[in-house]
Amino acid sequence: MSAAAPRFPTPLILSAPAALLFAALILTPLVLTALLSFNEFEHATGRTHGFTLDHYLAVLTDSYYLEIFLRTFRVAALATAICVVIGVPEAYILSRMGNPWRSVFLLVVLAPLLVSVVVRAFGWSMLLGPEGPINAALVALGFGRMRLLYSEGTVIVALVHVMLPFMVIPVWTSLQKLDPAVEQAALSFGASRGTAILRVVAPQILPGILSGSLIVFGLSASAFAIPGLLGGRRLKMVATIVYDQYLSDLNWPMGAAVAVLLLAANLIVMLTYHRVVEGHYRRRLG
Amino acid sequence: MSFLELRDITKRYGTLNAVSDVTLSVEKGEFVSLLGPSGCGKTTTLQMIAGFVEATSGSIRLDGRDITHAKANTRGLGIVFQSYALFPHMTVFDNVSFGLEMQRVPKAERKDRVDEALGLVHLSPYAGRYPRELSGGQRQRVALARALVIRPPVLLLDEPLSNLDAKLREAMQFELRDIQRKVGTTTVMVTHDQAEAFSISDRVVVMEAGRITQIDQPYRIYEHPETEFISRFVGKTNLLPGTVQAINGPAASVSLAGIPVEINAGGLVSGETVTLCVRPEKLRLIAAGQGRLPGRVAERYFLGSQWLYHIDGPLGTLMAVTPNDGSAPLETGVPVGVDWNPSVVRVHRGRLAEAPDPTLEAH
Repeated sequence: MSAAAPRFPTPLILSAPAALLFAALILTPLVLTALLSFNEFEHATGRTHGFTLDHYLAVLTDSYYLEIFLRTFRVAALATAICVVIGVPEAYILSRMGNPWRSVFLLVVLAPLLVSVVVRAFGWSMLLGPEGPINAALVALGFGRMRLLYSEGTVIVALVHVMLPFMVIPVWTSLQKLDPAVEQAALSFGASRGTAILRVVAPQILPGILSGSLIVFGLSASAFAIPGLLGGRRLKMVATIVYDQYLSDLNWPMGAAVAVLLLAANLIVMLTYHRVVEGHYRRRLG
Repeated sequence: MSFLELRDITKRYGTLNAVSDVTLSVEKGEFVSLLGPSGCGKTTTLQMIAGFVEATSGSIRLDGRDITHAKANTRGLGIVFQSYALFPHMTVFDNVSFGLEMQRVPKAERKDRVDEALGLVHLSPYAGRYPRELSGGQRQRVALARALVIRPPVLLLDEPLSNLDAKLREAMQFELRDIQRKVGTTTVMVTHDQAEAFSISDRVVVMEAGRITQIDQPYRIYEHPETEFISRFVGKTNLLPGTVQAINGPAASVSLAGIPVEINAGGLVSGETVTLCVRPEKLRLIAAGQGRLPGRVAERYFLGSQWLYHIDGPLGTLMAVTPNDGSAPLETGVPVGVDWNPSVVRVHRGRLAEAPDPTLEAH
């Protein structure tokens, strides 16, 4: 019997389907997009195959693009912050509910995920439109009509609505792992409920808040449907610019360059955030 | 008036009475254990004292003050939780200091008191560690220091040693008692482990199905169990069903499956069915043909300091324990005589239902 029997590479084989899917559906388009972004572009002839960095230079030096990038990250950051403010207490309250109600409200929290983002965006635009119920109520109360659509505020509100479940779920999960006696211990040592939550519960669910805000920020910064439908033609965000470059200007390389820059910027922001927050709790929670 | 008084405390969940009419007085400085099998209501009772569970009826008084409906964070009690419930994101020092911080103790005094408490539990070198960097026994001691540092009127211990391995558990028992003596804090401990309750408590409260069945010193509970449940739950015991044949003054003659045995009469009447309880270590194994009962060694178990024998005889299988005095043990199959001193026999009136032996659960 040979001592060195050939080892069957089970782990590789088991992970192969997922790896193939990932390579085919994510890596390939990403590489193609990156390659595309270096192609030259002529308005008369369209895409040519030369190599150029012009598109990147154009985006990075043009204040028009810079403004859109800034707006995108401002909107995403605000949406994330609001999701933390609403989602964390929501998850905490959910975790404290007794059983029939907990299931009911968990379903309510997750229900928006069951409706298409486009449908929800149209819902918001009907609600906030010039003839919508909100404006009707404002008029009836004597405030006059207000332009609610196509503003940053509206986009943020709609994004929060879409993203909230992505905040609630990870926070809820980390709350589930908490030993309820730890909060009782804080109370028994004379802490008020608020102090107990702030000093004892919150630091322990920080990993959940961290992953929730990374998901929400990433999805918000690259969101397309909500800013596209509620921001309109005027309030552009990066994802809608990419769409415009590809389909209106037909400048695919420029669209690709913007898309690659969005990905890079998103990665930098998220990794930095992760570093800072995780560095804070790593030693303590292991 | 006692320091801590529970009067007719009842906790009802729906139609289920988790705790029924518990009345208990604890004196200042006393160490009292609530002992019982799981589900007997001992933890619920502790949680009502702590304020995490509100009593359905009855009252709790601490040092003359009615705390029945006071919030947990106003009671000022020191609690050691079964899971220790240390704050995982704080160092040992911060964990212990937390209660003092809540009491707004000035920083300098806080440091002194935390150092003192950590010294008491021999953890001074570990002040800067996080709980996950400690062993089970060390976490246990942090929990104890954290509870004692606030100088609570009452220390509540919820199964404090159940997460430790056997050797450490024994060491911690003595350390716990030692610390409690030193600080003099009134202590109520919940446990399902009778050895733990007996070795360190001044008094033991035995609970069964939400009720207190006996409150007494450990020795008295072991030697004079008031109910058949206690004699089964607390230690091992031989239960011998019999019938009173005759009363001769202070003595009664009981027939155990036809074999007459003399016991103290103590109010028994002729013809009554009784159950005699004899602890295994009270049985003496002597030469065959002598003693009160004949028997034969069926099984023997070596317990280190003792031998446990199963003796087959006319009354079924009896357990007998003899100290390991260094001499050779009895071989299985050997006929022996079984004897005991009449004064060690406890008598319960009536016939016992054949219940599964609860001592198995307790070990």
